[in-house]
Amino acid sequence: MKELMLGNKAVARGAYECGVRVVTAYPGTPSTEIAEEAAKYDEIYAQWSPNEKVAMEVAIGAAISGARAMVCMKHVGLNVAADPLFTVSYTGINAGLVIVVADDPGMHSSQNEQDSRYYAKAAALPMLEPSDSQEAKDFVKLAFEISEQYDTPVILRLTTRVSHSQSVVELEDRMDISLKDYKKDFRKYVMMPAMARERHVNVDNRMKDLSIRANDMDINTVEINDGKIGIITSGIAYQYAKEVLPTASFLKLGMVHPLPDKLIQDFSQKVDTLYVIEELEPFLEEYIKSLGVRVTGKEMFPRLGELSADIIKEKLLGTKGETGSKQPADKGAQEDIPLRPPVLCPGCPHRGVFYVLNKLKLRVTGDIGCYTLGALPPLQSIDTCVCMGASIGMAFGMELGRGREFARNLVAVIGDSTFIHSGITGLIDMVYNGSTGTVIILDNSTTGMTGHQDHPATGCTLKGKKAPMLNLEALVKALGVKRVTVVDPFDLKELENAVRTEIRAEEPSVIISRRPCALLDKNKECISYHCDAELCINCRLCLRMGCPAIENIKDGIRINNTLCSGCGLCAQVCRPGAIKREE
Amino acid sequence: MVNKNILIVGVGGQGTLLASRVLGRLAAGLGADVKVSEVHGMAQRGGSVVTHVKFGDKVYSPLISLGDADIILAFESLEALRWSDYLKSGGTMLVNDQRIAPMPVITGDKEYPSDVYEKIRQRVGNLVVVDALSPALDCGSGRVANTVLLGVLAAGMDIDKDIWLKCLEETVPPKTVDINKRAFNAGYKML
Ligand SMILES: Cc1ncc(C[n+]2csc(CCOP(=O)(O)OP(=O)(O)O)c2C)c(N)n1
Repeated sequence: MKELMLGNKAVARGAYECGVRVVTAYPGTPSTEIAEEAAKYDEIYAQWSPNEKVAMEVAIGAAISGARAMVCMKHVGLNVAADPLFTVSYTGINAGLVIVVADDPGMHSSQNEQDSRYYAKAAALPMLEPSDSQEAKDFVKLAFEISEQYDTPVILRLTTRVSHSQSVVELEDRMDISLKDYKKDFRKYVMMPAMARERHVNVDNRMKDLSIRANDMDINTVEINDGKIGIITSGIAYQYAKEVLPTASFLKLGMVHPLPDKLIQDFSQKVDTLYVIEELEPFLEEYIKSLGVRVTGKEMFPRLGELSADIIKEKLLGTKGETGSKQPADKGAQEDIPLRPPVLCPGCPHRGVFYVLNKLKLRVTGDIGCYTLGALPPLQSIDTCVCMGASIGMAFGMELGRGREFARNLVAVIGDSTFIHSGITGLIDMVYNGSTGTVIILDNSTTGMTGHQDHPATGCTLKGKKAPMLNLEALVKALGVKRVTVVDPFDLKELENAVRTEIRAEEPSVIISRRPCALLDKNKECISYHCDAELCINCRLCLRMGCPAIENIKDGIRINNTLCSGCGLCAQVCRPGAIKREE
Repeated sequence: MVNKNILIVGVGGQGTLLASRVLGRLAAGLGADVKVSEVHGMAQRGGSVVTHVKFGDKVYSPLISLGDADIILAFESLEALRWSDYLKSGGTMLVNDQRIAPMPVITGDKEYPSDVYEKIRQRVGNLVVVDALSPALDCGSGRVANTVLLGVLAAGMDIDKDIWLKCLEETVPPKTVDINKRAFNAGYKML
């Protein structure tokens, strides 16, 4: 049977078909749907972990115990999980272990566009890279075979356009893979110096073996057509290049680490001009050049951002993006089209917090989630955003750098999922080392940005089971924070009072701003608001809320009833009382 | 089969994914090679979103190149303008006559172009503007405007209506099959 499926769903299907029992993940675009899809199979136990490091460790444990396991994350998640990654490379596995990492070239939904292929090299792990959904599924199965045959975790690297494109996949049945025996083996699994030194030799040998095997692996394919142009490529870049140059010769690398020396050298002999077309860093190129093979790569193709068929066409053939018959309009014409950046939704509980922080003119170290949108106009409240959990450490660092007075005008804001992911240790640092700062936890009862995943404080698991609900107040108090306030962000007065009081305190404090995400309850009845033009004095204070439902019209404002969700914040800031509830 | 490229554009939250999923299912059912490229994540929060649907004998890149879309289905007028360069000459642009102000317009930094359709006409030969929201509201919910638009698109394509309805039924949540079918029919009859 065939099915059109998302690359991410195909990865989950591959895991199902090859007998995977345990899937762990922390959400992150573009990887999120893999675990969500895996969870739909009764035969697979799937879970959200609090962060990628824990997810990785749980998967390692499952694999070593004898069950095939898979762990999934976005590229920056692998930074968080890098510590176990580098050492599980030494211990090896028992049953197969596949680590799925989804890169985001072009940064559709990310804070950087790091190239995960370097992790495979640095940690000495094989890495496979599919170019469509069928390959995504096939490569998962192959990854498990390699994993067990060479006693190594295998990384499967995806990119946004593979993860989030649908293409046709042939479905197969689940294989019957039994649990492997578990044997205690401290020389293999206890990585103290003496044992690690022994294991490092194994790592070296296995990678040598794999680099020989790479020369005749089916997924490293050679297509000899026209001998003039030869292209070495992998992943989605293959699809772009193939579209532009269907008659060129191709060496398509399904395994991007280790690379097949002989295959590359042989291919280079068969063509006149050789190009390497890859997205992001010159990872293949550097290696190919190190073999003494002459190849054109990043001198021609961009290192930053996504590739596309249009870019390859322009660089290689000198024609602008044109398979059709029309020239694309010049950029200048595009420029008077107003941009449409993402925004906080109507009724978003984060909005009130940023309105207050902006009003009080506070410095705000920010974090990652929907609330990062509070950095954009008109709220423009957030000063910094680096990585998940950084808001708290950075706020303390600013206090240390500029003194306690500075901390009186400074807060850290962090989402509930992000706080659990990596904010807790930062807060321990504040308490331990005597900070007087204030942290606002934006508790919207979900992981909003990535599409509403459960987490330890929502009371529900990825499998849809009820779970004990992590109590954030109790947790924060247990860390040693004595000043803990819970506020409703729809009550601007209460919120403002809480912030004013807590930033003055000479000890660490936490404000939990609690109200579920506006998108969680789609069926809730919406009370709508309207603006009475007679009373409106056109002060435009409400527009500073940055609510998409409030429209700027000539001599006042209008509230769009199809968008308004009835949070009433605009009515709270309206001085003449022109904004009223619909009767 | 001749390759067909359809670009679906709109504002995050408008339900553009549904249209692309129905189309993808339809093309796969006809035995075509299909690729559908979707947007997930940040842009879904009210940003500009675009979905590429390509089908034919063999499809490589999941993305449509500039000037290579046979049809652009736009859920919002400004987004229609923004993506108009992707249309082939001789291609058709279907636009839902709805304006959603982006934040730079709301804050007063930029103006929503008052002549958006004239601007599009300068670039696009075949422009069709429809109001999908009113029939959707008549069906009982503004949320099915996306299905109304799908009906408009279907009416202009050479594929049996029953096949469309079947794919729609398989794609939408079971509870919403009826309202979606009504919305599709309303769109199908519109032009
Ligand atoms: C290390 C890492 N993992 C995952 C992500 C993807 N990601 C971005 S924000 C976020 C969580 C958002 O949830 P929350 O903190 O509750 O804020 P909300 O979006 O609900 O406002 C995730 C998982 C990331 N950026 N970095």
